[in-house]
Amino acid sequence: MGEPLLSELSVEGRLGHRFPAPDVPAAPLPDAGLLRDRLPLPQLSELEVVRHFTRLSQLNYAVDTGFYPLGSCTMKYNPKIDDEMARLPGFAGLHPYQPAETTQGALRLLAELEAALAEITGFAAITLQPSAGAHGELTGMLIIRAHHLGAGDTGRRRVLVPDSAHGTNPATAAMCGYETVTVPADARGNVDLDALRRELREDVAALMLTAPSTLGLFDEHMPEIAAAVHEVGALLYGDGANLNALLGVARPADLGFDVMHMNLHKTFATPHGGGGPGAGPVAVRADLARYLPVPVVARAADGRYFLDSNRPDSIGRVRAFGGHFGVLVRAYTYIRLLGADGLRQVSETAVLNANYLRVLLQDAYDVAYNRPCMHEVVLSGRRQKARGARTLDLAKRLIDYGYHPPTIYFPLVVDEALMIEPPETESKPTLDAFAAAMLAIAAEAAEQPELLREAPHHTPVGRLDETTAARHPVLRWPVPDELGAAPAAVGRAQPLGV
Amino acid sequence: MSFVPLTPAEAAAMLARVGVSSVDDLFEVIPAAVRFPALDLPPGQSELTVSREVRGLAAQDRPTGELACFLGAGAYHHYIPSAVGALANRAEFATSYTPYQPEISQGTLQATFEFQSLVCDLFELDVANASVYDGATALAEAVLMAERLTRRERVVLAGSVHPEYRSVVETYVAERGTELVLGEVAATDGALREADVAALLDERTACCVVQQPSFFGGIADFSALRQACDRVGALLVMVCNPIALGLLKSPGAWGADIAVAEGQPLGVPMSFGGPWVGLMATRERYVRQMPGRIVGAARDAQGRRGYVLTLQAREQHIRREKATSNVCTNEALLALHATIYLSLLGPTGLRQVAENCYQYAHYAAAQIARLPGYAVLTPEPYFHEFVVRCPLPPEELNRRLLADGILGGLPLGRFFPELADCALLCCTEMNTRAEIDKLVAALAAA
Repeated sequence: MGEPLLSELSVEGRLGHRFPAPDVPAAPLPDAGLLRDRLPLPQLSELEVVRHFTRLSQLNYAVDTGFYPLGSCTMKYNPKIDDEMARLPGFAGLHPYQPAETTQGALRLLAELEAALAEITGFAAITLQPSAGAHGELTGMLIIRAHHLGAGDTGRRRVLVPDSAHGTNPATAAMCGYETVTVPADARGNVDLDALRRELREDVAALMLTAPSTLGLFDEHMPEIAAAVHEVGALLYGDGANLNALLGVARPADLGFDVMHMNLHKTFATPHGGGGPGAGPVAVRADLARYLPVPVVARAADGRYFLDSNRPDSIGRVRAFGGHFGVLVRAYTYIRLLGADGLRQVSETAVLNANYLRVLLQDAYDVAYNRPCMHEVVLSGRRQKARGARTLDLAKRLIDYGYHPPTIYFPLVVDEALMIEPPETESKPTLDAFAAAMLAIAAEAAEQPELLREAPHHTPVGRLDETTAARHPVLRWPVPDELGAAPAAVGRAQPLGV
Repeated sequence: MSFVPLTPAEAAAMLARVGVSSVDDLFEVIPAAVRFPALDLPPGQSELTVSREVRGLAAQDRPTGELACFLGAGAYHHYIPSAVGALANRAEFATSYTPYQPEISQGTLQATFEFQSLVCDLFELDVANASVYDGATALAEAVLMAERLTRRERVVLAGSVHPEYRSVVETYVAERGTELVLGEVAATDGALREADVAALLDERTACCVVQQPSFFGGIADFSALRQACDRVGALLVMVCNPIALGLLKSPGAWGADIAVAEGQPLGVPMSFGGPWVGLMATRERYVRQMPGRIVGAARDAQGRRGYVLTLQAREQHIRREKATSNVCTNEALLALHATIYLSLLGPTGLRQVAENCYQYAHYAAAQIARLPGYAVLTPEPYFHEFVVRCPLPPEELNRRLLADGILGGLPLGRFFPELADCALLCCTEMNTRAEIDKLVAALAAA
């Protein structure tokens, strides 16, 4: 049921697309020594290409095909109108260096999106430049570094990160030249306040905190944490991965955060694209605005918008040209559709959904910290593991039931973690059916764990040998025969019943 | 408009099951003083209303297509075959997540494996990653990678590397103590030339970064530079234009150790600067220092072939602060655009589009060079861009061109004060002879 590679479908001389011959006199080409002598790209007809990628698409699970309870990823429905707006020629056809007089509509959209995000998060200024959440983290931490250095404070070498944090947090801190220090959680899943206070000294640049945390919990000591961080002159960095719980519920700036990034591809419903594009705007308090990366959207005295790169204190550029404008158009459209009431309804429903699943599943699975959760709930499969089915097996078995598995083995601090995020766009019948599948799997884990260990049973490929793949990497075609023969092409001499 | 399906009856049943009387009860952990702020945002609207409003904004713009485009400088107006969008925008691709569960993500995984293979073929290098954010961040990551590989902290950047790419590198290395050495470009005797970059190398140099074609459009021979890098043990990093690679000698053939490119010309709309896709490839022996996701082939217990994310021990979710980079996504959907684009064009199509770009640019440059007061400063050979010295400020010239429906070249003063009277013009297969003749006539009249 697999699909051959493009290289295996290629036939010498096949053409998939033609361009008109240029209608100008031919100039001589550069010397042969500057030209390439071979270009071994595959050769296919347009129909072959269309069938190939259509077939590949059918091998994917997607939000549009089913429930995707992937924790910390906010796999909500992506409204179709958002895509249509991003593809309007007046947006998709803009060159980033066009004079501002030809891009006023796009610039106004950016300015209004900045204003909306500032209102939602409570911050004074926004950059829309960062390409993804991790890119936003880098931007935000460079701003924090610039802030300390700008104040002549050169002694801050450490960044504190809770043990439940995404791996991007310590990786980002390291990229900015900081040493990371891990802060443990307490028995209720909060940051351990005593441990935090022990680590907080004058050499700390920032605490990077995800709110709500990746345990799906809102920290019960939020004001104390913010105060303790600020007391030593450090800044509170907000990882906005879980902002879907806080829309119209609490503004991160009001909670004491100084800088935060958002993930528009999560909270603001832009499609994840199989792993990008995202967008990771960064919001800052007023006195940090001067460090934002260039360019920023500005407005002249006559009301016209322009991109301003003349900002001497800026951390510089974090990417070429603008941000992910196509993603920004989608997020803007989404915010306009929902408005303030719709945004609050998003978070209220997401949180209700997660708590509903928590209660439906709490008897069959261990809930990592069983108290009201925010938009996601973290279970532990330790009971099932004791019976011979690991969390990985539970996840693979869910595929047999038609669901995308939750995030597994994260956060690292929960043994056999299953992190379930049921976004607000999922209905009660969907949640009920998912819970029923989870309960059925818990029963199977107790009675016939081997069924889970061999799952999934109905997918085009079973579990793949990732160990060998990493030890003897094959990262490009041709694929050696030891890794399986090329599948037959669809519609070509395929035996019936396969 | 709301996408929440919940009815009041369902909500009541769920609240009862959870054991609370209202949703508000679930938020008691939020400090009361800041809980449920009134957001000052316009009320939500119907799809019809929002569609009208956003279309209204788009209608205030004057995009390429409506304007004849001679603007390039890192973003290029190319034809995108219809099949690219029709396939890449399929919801099964667009609304899926990172392929963490390979059994139900073979579509994205195989397409990414094909993307990596195509990049390797185009660059003639051994291994490519699944892409990074854009060409500029690909370069920044390549520079960091070169520093790790050589354990050196000095980086030489040719003066003809895109100035915004240079800026991004500066941002990425700012806190690392890297010494950045910048090559010089000068217009002497009517030609814009780069001073010898090899002279800037020394035994502390981690890598030398060059761009082909250069920011100014020029095509160079890197044989001597490769040898100079070898003499001091520096890596050669090349920034490429993937369309030009339909015609030009590949970075692998020049002996580049790491090659990066902006993938936007390969079937990705310009979209005011993003989202685009950064291409990155290197030699096999450096793969474990390459950042970003990588897909590899694998087999299942029944011997069936499949694809998985691999070599993850380099990445942040495993290595945390010791990772090769904090990067945790690629640009999968845009990489898919590029994969479909290259599949459709094949070697013949890619060569055709590259030659069209070349021919239109040379036709335009020849006409402009004849105009009194204008001079083409980019010497032969060049690809599809060239610098033109203008008789009046390029910004003013562009205003006049705009009145004729023409998007002129990039005024270079914003990046190179000494070239304030120059513009960088670009031609692609989208510019017909009639369009170029109209540009030349407008320049003559200006």
